[in-house]
Amino acid sequence: MSFSGAPTFQWPPRGFSWRLYHNFFTSPVWLDSLRNSLLVALLTALLATTVGTAAAVALSRLHGRLARFVRTLLMVPIVAPAIVVAVAVYISFLGWRLTGTVPGYVLAHTAIAVPYVLVSVTGALGGFDQRLLKASASLGASPWRSFVRVTMPLISRGILTGAIFAFIVSFDEVVIALFLRSPQFQTMPVQMYNSVTVEIDPTISAASSLMVVAVTIIFLVPQLLRGRARRR
Amino acid sequence: MTHDTTVKATGSSPGTRSGTEIRLDHVTKDYGLEAPAVDDISLTIEPGEFMTLLGPSGSGKTTTLNLIAGFETLTAGTIVLNGADVSNVPPHRRNLGMLFQHYALFPHMTVAQNVAYPLRERRADKREIARKVAEVLELVQLTGRDDHHPAQLSGGQQQRVALARAIVFEPRALLLDEPLGALDRNLRSALQVEIRRIHREVGSTFVFVTHDQEEALNLSDRIALFNSGHIEQVGTPQQLYAEPETLFTARFLGDSNVFELGQAALDENLTWDGETWGIDPGTVAAHPGVRTRSAIVVRPEDVEVVNRLDEVPAGANAVRATVRDVEYMGAYRTLLLTMGERRLPGRARVSALHGDHAVGDDLVAWWRPRAQRIVAA
Ligand SMILES: Nc1ncnc2c1ncn2[C@@H]1O[C@H](COP(=O)(O)OP(=O)(O)OP(=O)(O)O)[C@@H](O)[C@H]1O
Ligand SMILES: [Mg+2]
Repeated sequence: MSFSGAPTFQWPPRGFSWRLYHNFFTSPVWLDSLRNSLLVALLTALLATTVGTAAAVALSRLHGRLARFVRTLLMVPIVAPAIVVAVAVYISFLGWRLTGTVPGYVLAHTAIAVPYVLVSVTGALGGFDQRLLKASASLGASPWRSFVRVTMPLISRGILTGAIFAFIVSFDEVVIALFLRSPQFQTMPVQMYNSVTVEIDPTISAASSLMVVAVTIIFLVPQLLRGRARRR
Repeated sequence: MTHDTTVKATGSSPGTRSGTEIRLDHVTKDYGLEAPAVDDISLTIEPGEFMTLLGPSGSGKTTTLNLIAGFETLTAGTIVLNGADVSNVPPHRRNLGMLFQHYALFPHMTVAQNVAYPLRERRADKREIARKVAEVLELVQLTGRDDHHPAQLSGGQQQRVALARAIVFEPRALLLDEPLGALDRNLRSALQVEIRRIHREVGSTFVFVTHDQEEALNLSDRIALFNSGHIEQVGTPQQLYAEPETLFTARFLGDSNVFELGQAALDENLTWDGETWGIDPGTVAAHPGVRTRSAIVVRPEDVEVVNRLDEVPAGANAVRATVRDVEYMGAYRTLLLTMGERRLPGRARVSALHGDHAVGDDLVAWWRPRAQRIVAA
């Protein structure tokens, strides 16, 4: 449908045309929203991966009630309904003047992305032999150096998977973004939402196709990397 | 490696050795279980010494090694390396090499990268690293495997890599926690020889943990025998075998015939189960426990057997015995006996030339008073 030549939505699509893609890439509104989304998603991926990995490593060393409690707390954002999280975030961010700002989006998205990183890094740590850290320390490496030279390379797949999930969680998150949006700053899912509810803009079909392609490519990254690693 | 060849040649005489003195001073580790894992241990390991921590499972050997390495915090006491108290120094600053039963090689690194690891942490320069890695791989006889990954090596080879990695940075001492435990018997004795040779060549202090008495007897300059969190006895392998202080030591190293005495006066003859036996004062342990509870220990190779009581030489201690079973061991055989009225199990090792003994035969077992040892029970 995104290749349709018609000026409104029509099924079956009539004729083949790049017009909607042309619209997308020439419209400042759509391009801005894409740029905003990419920026927020990248920063979210960075922050959530750092926080999630640190939490996973710390929790892997701790046992007992406190560790279980912290783990549950960190998992809350994915089990709580999106709207509940969104309202909670909105109310607290209003007070902190974070609505409509990049840090606001990034913080809110990080909160819902951290659990994905936590799960994937915890999974990778399950296969990691903690005894290697003892060997590393005996060879003169500080805990931080041991993490960089031993732990991280051996759980890199889990970290990468977590980062990709975090990116995608942020990239197509719409509920919180709707609450946080300002006239100056909208992410692409919000713009897509607008284009079907407020305006009837068929450019959305190009936008959504692009989104699907982008997300698919990102998901394929680890597969490709794995293939390369194996050939080595 | 900068070891000195003149040190190698005189390696067995203490005082000329390089290496670090390790002193444990009233060391205690309590995990909050019924009893402390390590309970008030004091032990001085001499520079360049090969010290083995021997003992049954759960006696606190690994805990002691981890305390020396800094992986566990002390509940009480101090650990002193060459006069410096390191009790509060983190493990990566203690400069002690460590070898584990499970090798603990880094699977994402090649052999050469594994061995270079401690040198890179110490920011050695590239040429220096390459030279030292080549040198130490030659020492452990693994030249040419630089680019292999650990998974491509056998268990014995992996442990050699781990050994190379643990000594390449010339640590103050090498701590080994059952490093041969995962290897099969042949490989184990081959690597024992290897470890002994490397100890001689690098001349540094080795602290070796095992629960295998044969390994301990083969390798050690001295053995510290552990028993539920404390040290039962420290000494050379010969001392521990020939002059045990306690029944635990006598039983742990080698086979023994044990005659429990309870509280007995040890200055004259004594009686056991109706037999009257002589005592050689030189064979009474110095351990204060002998005065309250003692036992006679006789090694099977010191026991002779004869058919009649009148064949026992004058001055020997004798007991009636019945042959319960015979183990053929090639050059000699071991008679499994039941001894005395109490039908105590015992053993005598006799030469194959000695003639035949059948199960059920009644004999007299005897030994010289100076061959026996009176220990705290
Ligand atoms: N981290 C720990 N937490 C609690 N208890 C421990 C811990 N490590 C060891 N222990 C206890 O301390 C005691 C001594 O253990 P240790 O591992 O030192 O024995 P070991 O002599 O090395 O035995 P093995 O020959 O089986 O290796 C045991 O009772 C053990 O259960
Ligand atoms: Mg142990």
